[in-house]
Amino acid sequence: MNIVNDILKTLSLPEFYFAMFRSATPVLLTTLGAMISSRSGTSNIALEGTMLIAAFVGVIVSAFTQSAWIGFLGAVFAGFVISNILAYFILKLKSNAVISGIALNTFASGGTIFVLYLITGEKGASTSLPSLKLPSVEIPIIRDIPVIGAVLSGHHILTYVSLILVAAVWYMFKYTRLGMHIRAAGESPEAAESVGIPVKRVKYIALCLSGVLTGMAGAFLSMGYVGLFSSGMTAGRGYIALATQAIAAGNAAVGMLASLLFGFCQSLSNYLQSSGIPLQFIQMMPYLIIIIAYTAYCAMTEHRKKTRQLKASGGK
Amino acid sequence: MNKKFTAIRLFCAFAIAMAITTAVIFAVSEEPLTAIYNLTLGPLQSKRHFFDVFASSVPLIFTGLALGLVFKSGNFSMITDACLYTGGVVTAALAIKTAMPSGIHPVVIMLAAAVIGGLIGSIPALLKVYFHANELVTSLMFNYVFFYLGIYTVTRFLADREAGTFASQKYASTAALGTLLSGTKFHIGYLIAIAVVILLYLLVFKTKFGYEVRISGSNPSFAKYSGINTGKVIILTQVIAGAVAGLGGSVEQMAMYQRFNWQDSPSYAWDGVIIAILSGNNPKFVPFAAFFLAYIRVGADLMSRRSDVQNELVSIIQAVLILFVTAERFMAGWKQRQEAKKALGGDK
Repeated sequence: MNIVNDILKTLSLPEFYFAMFRSATPVLLTTLGAMISSRSGTSNIALEGTMLIAAFVGVIVSAFTQSAWIGFLGAVFAGFVISNILAYFILKLKSNAVISGIALNTFASGGTIFVLYLITGEKGASTSLPSLKLPSVEIPIIRDIPVIGAVLSGHHILTYVSLILVAAVWYMFKYTRLGMHIRAAGESPEAAESVGIPVKRVKYIALCLSGVLTGMAGAFLSMGYVGLFSSGMTAGRGYIALATQAIAAGNAAVGMLASLLFGFCQSLSNYLQSSGIPLQFIQMMPYLIIIIAYTAYCAMTEHRKKTRQLKASGGK
Repeated sequence: MNKKFTAIRLFCAFAIAMAITTAVIFAVSEEPLTAIYNLTLGPLQSKRHFFDVFASSVPLIFTGLALGLVFKSGNFSMITDACLYTGGVVTAALAIKTAMPSGIHPVVIMLAAAVIGGLIGSIPALLKVYFHANELVTSLMFNYVFFYLGIYTVTRFLADREAGTFASQKYASTAALGTLLSGTKFHIGYLIAIAVVILLYLLVFKTKFGYEVRISGSNPSFAKYSGINTGKVIILTQVIAGAVAGLGGSVEQMAMYQRFNWQDSPSYAWDGVIIAILSGNNPKFVPFAAFFLAYIRVGADLMSRRSDVQNELVSIIQAVLILFVTAERFMAGWKQRQEAKKALGGDK
């Protein structure tokens, strides 16, 4: 009973929902990235490593230039470069997408530690580097509304950027030339080719865009609230984005909801750490709930497909 | 032609990896020659280090076999990580909590770890077959779930409160796998690994089930239309792969550790990817690929101990190798020219 009370009390706190948005941000940015590459027909498994490298580069560049924004650009550029390498191997050299992605993740987890040690002499975290953080933003009018202000105002700037990007990605798929080309290249590459869409180039662009968005997610991790890089700090968020992306099935708004679900679980697990539940079960919960949501989604689509087929054959 | 081409391409990938490694070492190190010497020849300097290579190749053989089998069937489950880790946890639990005679204890533990590994391995496969959930996505999430479950089990039931760090109590001495050569870490586990290599080779290339696995992997629609139960193939391959990985975790724990202290999941499953790739998913070549990676590993450890270059360099070598070995079009132009030359030569 105590635990139920704890949970209910947590759910009534505005801070809880504030933290939900905060935890959802990196996953949301990565989900959008994963969505773009996946709609173009390539699944980007290297998101995890891309995010890690971007987080690392952001900290290093901001520490050496003493400018948070140049650090941010560095992180985004790092994401761009890594996804370029991935695109080169997948599209030009015809490598297996999953295995090349795993290779880049291996490279990221070891490579970041290798360079971190070269610069700081430590392997764990960049505590000794004077790296900077990106600012948080107060929204003028919303700030003063009692509960909503506490939830929606004062977030990190990239949280707002990620919400704007949800609309931007939705708009891109629905109304722009590039968005339609990406969808066509993913759904039917031969047909797209036959009407003159440069499929390979479109796929290349889609992968690079996913890298840019994932780079932002990396910057949020290391230059958001924490302000330092620690080895393996992405903790599977790149993989979670693969699941939330699959749940979204190309719809940016659903992608946002799925990311918020992860943010909800993560935030809940942060709040419940002092309750009676063993710590490991709390840490496990976000992953478990995403698995359940994803499987339920897959089962539902499968069921819908079957009933539709049944109806079609019954009609004859 | 094809075999020769594969060999040449492998060699080029290897040469590129070595060139990048050398360049990195020269860029960052103040004693590059010491570093390179230890990385490439370190393991040959003493009998102990040379047999260390065999010992460190053992978990890599197990994960390489497991992933090779899964890849061969055309699936991409990474649940091997969870299977290996949980296999280790099961080993810790049984090695601490049960008492058995020394010959039987390891056998019982290995069987239990293999069974649990197989069960865990089946989960993403079942979700794929029954709910059409992508096995890569679910397995990556489940790795975290089983990792935390393992940490919970060890801290709650097996932890040594006086150790100060994360460690279980000591294993019963009956549960240790002995060494084969005194003064080295070369242990019985290597023979077990080789036995599993032979069994899996026979399974994949000499049985009807193995044929079904190969067909499902190379041509899924043909497999379906020729009446192969692809669902069964998916589930069974991942159960077997999980069991192999669980066994690997168990062997590693009993042979190399006296306490369970894997605070992070070891990277063996991810290393298994490169083993599977280098061996072309053929069990026969797995011990050689594992030996190769273990050799670099031991060399890198010696390098980081004796020079100023850190052993994380290995992950860079590994990534470059995987990228170039799997790149289908890498050197394709060269192959085409060779073939054209041959064809033209035949005309004369």
